[in-house]
Amino acid sequence: MGDAMSAVTLRDLTLGYDGAPVIEGLSGRIEQGALLAVVGPNGAGKSSLMKAIMGQLSPRAGAVALGLPRREVAFLPQAAEIDASFPVDVYDFVAMGLWRRIGLWRGVDAAGRAAVAAALADVGLEGFEARPIRALSGGQRQRMLFARLALQEARLILLDEPFAAVDERTVGDLLALIEGWRAQGRAVVAVLHDLALVRARFPDTLLLARRAIAWGPTDVVLTPRNLARAAGMVEAAHAPPRGARA
Amino acid sequence: MSLDLLSAFAEFGFMRRALAGCLALSLAGAPIGTFLLLRRMSLVGDALAHAILPGAALGYLAAGLSLGAMTLGGLIAGFVVALLAGLVARATSLREDASLAAFYLLSLALGVVIISTRGSNVDLLRVLFGSVLALDDPTLTLLAGVASLTLLVFALIYRPLALETADPGFLASVSRSGGPAHLVFMALLVLNLVAGFHALGTLLSVGLMILPAATARLWTRSVGAMMALAAALGFASSLAGLALSYAQGWPTGPAIILCAGVVYALSLAFGRAGGLAARA
Repeated sequence: MGDAMSAVTLRDLTLGYDGAPVIEGLSGRIEQGALLAVVGPNGAGKSSLMKAIMGQLSPRAGAVALGLPRREVAFLPQAAEIDASFPVDVYDFVAMGLWRRIGLWRGVDAAGRAAVAAALADVGLEGFEARPIRALSGGQRQRMLFARLALQEARLILLDEPFAAVDERTVGDLLALIEGWRAQGRAVVAVLHDLALVRARFPDTLLLARRAIAWGPTDVVLTPRNLARAAGMVEAAHAPPRGARA
Repeated sequence: MSLDLLSAFAEFGFMRRALAGCLALSLAGAPIGTFLLLRRMSLVGDALAHAILPGAALGYLAAGLSLGAMTLGGLIAGFVVALLAGLVARATSLREDASLAAFYLLSLALGVVIISTRGSNVDLLRVLFGSVLALDDPTLTLLAGVASLTLLVFALIYRPLALETADPGFLASVSRSGGPAHLVFMALLVLNLVAGFHALGTLLSVGLMILPAATARLWTRSVGAMMALAAALGFASSLAGLALSYAQGWPTGPAIILCAGVVYALSLAFGRAGGLAARA
């Protein structure tokens, strides 16, 4: 098949919840070491695609094939899913990134503690170990989540809108971190809204609007014509069917 | 508290037994209450406590005030309602809390009717508010056993349960243990409600879980400290409540819950972590 080298292979993937499908007939590959942006209008199925790659959403048709073990995939869902009022400090929160080593019951050993300290330093959160997570700003919280991601040592990293509500300096630091991961040969897939940022920093882009409008080098994908088509597709899908009440 | 009040514990075996039972309930109730609170399920706990009543009442109908029959009936009813509420929430447009509220109202009404058909008002009061001053050996053994089992099992599910509460998306991405941890937690909840039922009755058994945990939340910044403080507060409230009820002739279960409530009210005002004074 030749798929063994790809991190992810999508074959005619169709995803949906109760009603109409969110994604129809999506095919393509994400290579090892790729740096791929996923863009598209709201409701285009970007988050659903992430969940499908994670195995948290079963395809209605088609398939997602992983070219690496499931535990080599890390996923950062949208920040809204975290209960920031939970009484836990930054250190303990980040240390859970060692899950593959500590699992359900084991403690964090000296090597683990060193890894946590290094991950915190990499995101600029040295000295924040004992802070409760509720005391962090939006940018600091995102730095903390990236520290946990780094500890997971995954070969495929999925990010769902990692820069929403994050200050510019933090975005810059986190982008540098992402590029560092890529230099280590890890693949990174990020759902993003900021097209200027995608053009500047992401070599490949998937423009999604229920189907792949375009998938390839960013400058070929993000043309005004493609973007207009993407917007049109989602609007058409959300318009009431003919004869329905206005 | 004066020595006078405490002398009742030295003098009377039933006071010491009550205190021992409350110690067991406080120890196991602390982690359960802490996670009910953190998972925003306090009212779920309350609803389940009421749901136990018809099961215990059927046990009563079959065998009178028998520990085994009422425990078994309560456990079955608790598990059935917990499962049904989850199913109804999944299969209909009602949220889990709405279906739980419906179930517990029906359960309470049904339980009271069943007990009234056979028993006296004294029996009904005992089922609704407990009989903490009349704990016999088998009941104490049950409370201690449930508490030990709870602490042991909690140690096993602690990490996935905490992660599932704080960041369910992350836990789902690294492990499938979130769902099972939640189910085990619900089972422990039912088990502890049934144990608490014998001492504090169906209406108050959730009190030694929720009130100390809510109080501890206002003073602590970590889950571990919250659980430890909640256990200590639960036991202290029991001690004070028992002594007060002995001295003043107040009903014991309500006296214990009132003591826990007074500490809660004070903490609302003065708690270091989120009390009114700390926010001002």
